Amino acid sequence: MGLIVPLFLQFAQMALVLAAAPLLTGFVRVLKARLQRRAGPPLLQMYRDIAKLTVKDVIVATDSSWLFRTAPYLIFATTWVAAALVPSFGTNMLFSWSGDLIVIVALLGTARFFQMLAALDIGTAFGGIGVSREAMFASLAEPAMLMIVFTVALVAGSSQLSDISNFMHSGAAGLRLSLALGLVALVIVAIAETGRFPVDNPATHLELTMVHEAMVLEYSGRHLALIELAHALKLLLYISLIACIFAPLGIAPPGAALPALVLGLVTYGVKLAAGAILLAGFETTIAKMRVFRVPNFVGAALMLALLGTLLLFVSATL
Amino acid sequence: MTLIDHQTWQAAVADLTAGSSVFVAIWAERNADAAIVHLAGRHRGAASVEVLSLATSSLHYPSVGLHHPAAILMERAIQDIHGLTADGLPDTRPWLDHGTWPHSRPVVPYPFKPVTGEGVHQIPVGPVHAGTIEPGHFRFSVNGETIVGLEARLGYTHKGTLDLMRGKAPDQAARLAGRVSGDSTVAYTFAFCRAVEQAMGVDVPPRAASLRGIMAELERLANHFGDFGAICNDSGFPLINAHGGVLRERVLRLAASAFGHRLMMDCIVPGGVAVDLTADSARTMTASLPDLLVQFERLVELYDKTASLQDRVVTAGWLDPLLARRLGCGGYVGRASGQDFDARRDLQYAPYDRLTLAVPCLDAGDVDARVRVRMAEIRQSVALILELLGTLADGELRAVLPDGVAASTGSAVVEGFRGDIFAHARTSEGLIAEVFLRDPSWFFWPALEAAIEGNIVADFPLCNKSFNASYSGCDL
Repeated sequence: MGLIVPLFLQFAQMALVLAAAPLLTGFVRVLKARLQRRAGPPLLQMYRDIAKLTVKDVIVATDSSWLFRTAPYLIFATTWVAAALVPSFGTNMLFSWSGDLIVIVALLGTARFFQMLAALDIGTAFGGIGVSREAMFASLAEPAMLMIVFTVALVAGSSQLSDISNFMHSGAAGLRLSLALGLVALVIVAIAETGRFPVDNPATHLELTMVHEAMVLEYSGRHLALIELAHALKLLLYISLIACIFAPLGIAPPGAALPALVLGLVTYGVKLAAGAILLAGFETTIAKMRVFRVPNFVGAALMLALLGTLLLFVSATL
Repeated sequence: MTLIDHQTWQAAVADLTAGSSVFVAIWAERNADAAIVHLAGRHRGAASVEVLSLATSSLHYPSVGLHHPAAILMERAIQDIHGLTADGLPDTRPWLDHGTWPHSRPVVPYPFKPVTGEGVHQIPVGPVHAGTIEPGHFRFSVNGETIVGLEARLGYTHKGTLDLMRGKAPDQAARLAGRVSGDSTVAYTFAFCRAVEQAMGVDVPPRAASLRGIMAELERLANHFGDFGAICNDSGFPLINAHGGVLRERVLRLAASAFGHRLMMDCIVPGGVAVDLTADSARTMTASLPDLLVQFERLVELYDKTASLQDRVVTAGWLDPLLARRLGCGGYVGRASGQDFDARRDLQYAPYDRLTLAVPCLDAGDVDARVRVRMAEIRQSVALILELLGTLADGELRAVLPDGVAASTGSAVVEGFRGDIFAHARTSEGLIAEVFLRDPSWFFWPALEAAIEGNIVADFPLCNKSFNASYSGCDL
């Protein structure tokens, strides 16, 4: 097939995640609004917001250093790379060898690290509050994520997402308790990491209750656009991750022809939509947690993931 | 107006301190070097408010706040507006004066109460907030996530309303009274008009009194529906907010079609009411209010059955009943903390004097209790409106105000949706010579500062919303 087609597919994948992320976030917002009997923003509103933000002036806090100005680019770049490494419509992309699940976790961790540093850099009270909360949640969510990675890697015999996805698609895994525990844990981690209910309220205007938003309050213009985009990419990443591991149905195998790729693309769209619908439904029926309850919630993910890994050591068939 | 001597004043303050009477308000008027300080209070169980007036020629008067903390904020306001010194006032920092008035006593930066200790830091919030709420500055002293101290600083919406009202005809002044706090416009005009009517010796026709009652209850309904939703929204459950918003909107539209204004501004005028209720509107109201209640009960069920929501509201923002009593908190704040007082029942006035009222009173003192008091009041208000509509008498809408009568004073308390609003007016030659309007929020702010202690920072919006104190009503 030469180099051109895989290269094209790889770039298509990168462009696809970037283009689809605001649509996915917009779709969740529309669904939530409808469930609350509101008209809600137009589906494409986030594209307009980003377009508007990119042409607006950037206002930088006087006390901030270079860190504050460079962090948005780092956050966006690492999140985009991480999102592009997760198989969407097809597996075994050209660059997939370059990073496995652990790399994706590390990339997201790097993005968070810079986000937190930038929030501390400006020295506002809200930045500090946001960082302390984020650190508290992340200290449980990150190890939980790693345990999930171990569980899945032990079952599939690889930490490469493409291999895992192909293995799951082949049906060789069967029904396993450890994977079920891993799925529940991954959903909880995804909710915590993407700042959704009941951990964080993505639509709040109340400074004192914010987690993610508190860290980015001082950002404006293109910096804010990049951070918003990175946040949307993160949501897409987690839904894609859950889909490619636990619902690889329809995903195009290595070296697939055009019809298989189209099928992969269509099923990917359906999976994203299904994820958005489930998320919106869940968020509408639950109130936000008290901040100190969240560690219990995320801690449950850590315990479930740990249990999943341990079960595999007890018996390879669990 | 009868002037009293220092001994009577001190005896009244001793009564307040002992708790045998309840503090209502303190305000002052100043004319060059002579000043009069007025103290309003009511004996527990008494059906009326007493106003004591103390003349002072030295611009000094004995502080009430020294013995009774509920008076501190009002005495600080007196100090800023009139330049009177309350001898012994424990807190003499400026309150309304932010250093921008021509005769201000600039204190920059404002000295917030210091909070010290290892790891304690401050979070300044406001006066510009992210939501569409009134301006106020909150200074939190926190240890990690736990609030160890909160200080509210208000005065950003000081408009000089009371001064504008002086020298105006009662009609014009009533319009101004209706703009002290927009969400309580009916209650404020109601209270002010009653004070003026008492001063002028006017009796309101029965139909007008009933219509006033209907308007006041509609206002209460609209605000309680809105608050119920907003409290749930601030605990991160926007679904009830959406439905609460629909209910509030339906009440406002009912008011608009019945009285010509969504908030019923300027519908109550001295001597009666300005607009009549047509038989058609009355029928629409009778038909649609029970409907609203059915919808509302479904929301209550959702509120009760959502465990994640209950987890947020129960035990959050606990206000000690003893403190509520000491501060004289009224309204849903007081009634959720065991203060069994409702001006409609205890200080009977038309049209409530001929209605029976079951006042909800809870002891829990948390956010949930304040929500549940509102729920009970919503049901009560619907019943009251239906009863008033059913017994609506035909007749005059407005009594004529006599002109040129001698100077006299009147005062009134009206139960607004927040709590008891006190109005005092002195008329002279048919004009308003002196006026004071006291919002229930004067006592909510210190109560909120106390209730929030020990809660976590992220719960403040929720607790604050459950108090829903007015900024404008205190800033005047």
